[in-house]
Amino acid sequence: MTAVAQHTSTGLDNRKLGFWMFIGSECLLFGSLISTYLVYHGRSVSGPTPDEILNIPLTSVSTFVLLMSSLAMVLALAAVTRGDRLWTRVWLLATAGLGLTFLGMQAYEFTTFVHEGLTIKTNLFGSTFFVLTGTHGAHVAVGVLWLLTQFVRSLQGKLGPEKAINVEITGLYWHFVDVVWIVIFTVVYLLR
Amino acid sequence: MTTPVMGHAPTRASWGSRVWSWVTTTDHKRIGVLYFVTAFSFFLIGGLEALLIRLQLSHSGNTLVSAQTYNELFTMHGTTMVFLAVMPLSAAFFNYVVPLQIGARDVAFPRLNAFSYWVFVLGGLFLNASFLVGAAPNAGWFGYANLTSSQYSPGLHIDFWVIGLQVLGIASIAAGINFIVTIVNLRAPGMRLMRMPVFTWMTLVTQFIIVTAFPVITVALVFLMFDRFFGANFYSVAAGGDVLLWQHLFWLFGHPEVYILILPAMGMISEVIPTFSRKPLFGYAVVVYSGMLIGVLGWGVWAHHMFAVGLGPIAESVFSATTMLIAIPTGVKIFNWIATMWGGRIRFTTSMLFAVGFIAMFIVGGLSGVMHSSPPADLQQTDTYFVVAHFHYVLFGGAMMGIFAGIYYWWPKVTGRLLSEGIGKTHFWLTFVGANLAFFPMHFIGLLGMPRRIYTYDPALGLDTLNLVSTIGAFIMGTGMLVFVFNAIWSRKRGVPAGDNPWGAATLEWAVSSPPPVYNFSVIPEVRSRIPIWVENGMTPVPAVPPEPVHVPPGSYWPLVAATGIIIAAVGAILKTLLVVLGGGAVLVVAIYAWALEPFEI
Amino acid sequence: MSDQLSHAEHQHPSVATYVTVAAVLTVITLVEVGVFYIPTFHPVLAPVLLTLSATKFALVVMFYMHLKSDSRIFTMMFSVPLLIALAVGIALLFLFGVFTLGGGGA
Repeated sequence: MTAVAQHTSTGLDNRKLGFWMFIGSECLLFGSLISTYLVYHGRSVSGPTPDEILNIPLTSVSTFVLLMSSLAMVLALAAVTRGDRLWTRVWLLATAGLGLTFLGMQAYEFTTFVHEGLTIKTNLFGSTFFVLTGTHGAHVAVGVLWLLTQFVRSLQGKLGPEKAINVEITGLYWHFVDVVWIVIFTVVYLLR
Repeated sequence: MTTPVMGHAPTRASWGSRVWSWVTTTDHKRIGVLYFVTAFSFFLIGGLEALLIRLQLSHSGNTLVSAQTYNELFTMHGTTMVFLAVMPLSAAFFNYVVPLQIGARDVAFPRLNAFSYWVFVLGGLFLNASFLVGAAPNAGWFGYANLTSSQYSPGLHIDFWVIGLQVLGIASIAAGINFIVTIVNLRAPGMRLMRMPVFTWMTLVTQFIIVTAFPVITVALVFLMFDRFFGANFYSVAAGGDVLLWQHLFWLFGHPEVYILILPAMGMISEVIPTFSRKPLFGYAVVVYSGMLIGVLGWGVWAHHMFAVGLGPIAESVFSATTMLIAIPTGVKIFNWIATMWGGRIRFTTSMLFAVGFIAMFIVGGLSGVMHSSPPADLQQTDTYFVVAHFHYVLFGGAMMGIFAGIYYWWPKVTGRLLSEGIGKTHFWLTFVGANLAFFPMHFIGLLGMPRRIYTYDPALGLDTLNLVSTIGAFIMGTGMLVFVFNAIWSRKRGVPAGDNPWGAATLEWAVSSPPPVYNFSVIPEVRSRIPIWVENGMTPVPAVPPEPVHVPPGSYWPLVAATGIIIAAVGAILKTLLVVLGGGAVLVVAIYAWALEPFEI
Repeated sequence: MSDQLSHAEHQHPSVATYVTVAAVLTVITLVEVGVFYIPTFHPVLAPVLLTLSATKFALVVMFYMHLKSDSRIFTMMFSVPLLIALAVGIALLFLFGVFTLGGGGA
């Protein structure tokens, strides 16, 4: 966006304000998905159960990967803010890379589950699990696309310190997606 | 035109370029007009559906329409009125009036604003296109599971509904974020939150409810979509699912939704009544805080729509209590409005008549509403015409009458000409009498045992006369609407030119010309009062001509392209063709990038 | 250019803070997994895990998303919907009998 920072009633940037409101809205989206998962927990009448099929070691690693991606994101923001072109690119790419790694591990998990007989149709667990984690994964994918876009902008020399707010907002999205995963990891995997 | 303005001014040269300027507009005033015309058209369509319903029910054993068609009629009537009429009519006013009331030049994100409009139009057309393929939604505006499953609702009817509503939800959430940022961040200097007009306040609360409640129905619809399209089990009893999950998720959205429907109208009459009583609103702070309270408490009452499902005594008691509680902030405003009129010098313009009519009819609707709050009483009332009476009193007698008050009030600001008072009063009385004739008998019809959503009824019920009276009332209402349309057309050429402030009102929008210049304010005023025009030094003056050029943002077609991408994806979903869905997605992604990268300054 | 930091916002945390937070998040995750695998903790599994993950949530939101050092307005815009989501979620759990209360069936 090329909008110049303008005078606002609160002194806060319009886009940042709007984005926090969007994040608030997303709390209700993921809240409803997670509530449904919890409400239906243990009510499947057939098919693989969480106990049988969830892979805690694998998911612990992917959780760690996503957490580290948040670190990379925040280091990217710090780099942009101080005008460090090289490290902006490094950290943006690292964040995207870690995000892709997370997605890769999720894809592996999903395909494994399908082979082990759990699909979205199989039972309540299949439906709630795939829709919840799939929605989260889709959000991660959008985030990766956004990060790569910022990376390309940086390569084009268009991501200077005056554009730090754009990276900050990308970061808000990315961290929120991470934070949702923190909840999902606990509620779906550890509290099964 | 001698006013120094930068940016693209609409040219009178060719019809094509005038249409293009509307298609690419990012001006909140034009977007407001677009919302109004579109929403009012859908309102008339919804009204036609209502008239067909009432014709079918005018006597027992009627065979005007089949049961299947009847199901489509009441489903589309409800869906249209809620999502395509009342909400976007309110949006027309959010768009046109709020930036002017807060002393801004436009909303925070003008292109996002245009995007919301185009998604709304295309979504509304998509939903109604279902009629063209003989597959209009037919499971009620609330689509209960598992009637809506593929097993019990084969065909495309529910697919149209599921996809159409998700599309419309995108428009609403985007607009919600836009208006929240606008109101929080773009106020004129000195316009503290507690100096904002009540209409702007109610808009703020409404947007907050929208951005929090719509995600919940989105999730409910996503579940239904996955069940129908991919064989998921969210609402599958055989798989251990609970059909009540749908009801909870739907009403978690649905109850806040009714506050989305009524708060804007309450905001409108909170402007109209002080103006035509020539007295400031009594208890401004109370009205504002009760609006906020409704926004929050509205989250705690949803299961009162489910008193007949077997929630159990604890849940029912809790929801009964919260429902009774929420009647308080809702009802308190009534006293504020009456107290405003008390001791005022009242002018019964058409706008004021509609506002007073709102108060009267909303009281009736509120009383029947509070009657529903008791579960044992509700067990008799629920799913009968008693409920239909309640919500038409609050939604038509309330929201629509309030919106008409707003229409007559702000029409001169938008068009530069007044609507005819004579024709307007005819419109009012036809509407008021018609509505009461249409809906009051429904209280009795319902308590005497007529269920909702039935396409015909037995003569032995003895309800023919009351139903006929109701039908006559509906047609009187319809006539009133035609009178309004005539008034609107009449006013274009014969309406009295309005001037800046024909009503002598107090808020900022009346400090500029009618219609306002494209940049709204030549100089953004500094505000020192809640009623800046009425008090000495309430605001700094707004010169007729800007002292220096005012930048006006250009138009953009990317919002429309993005909206088109979404609709293409929706059509692909209905056709169950992945390629088309992906194509639509690609169009959307391209549009988003182009939108982000094009030069645009507000 | 006094650009992205208006006078309404404060300085962002330092790199050292960020790395420290990342270390804490890692440790908490290890503890969570550990608690999960050690049978002695199973009676208190739920409260412990919920507390630990709530801590991680708060750390990311407060430090990585800068909510702690930013304007209160952002905090409100996030926490009110979050509270609504939590309250509604808990209500649904009660309504669906997940916490057997003996009073509410779905």
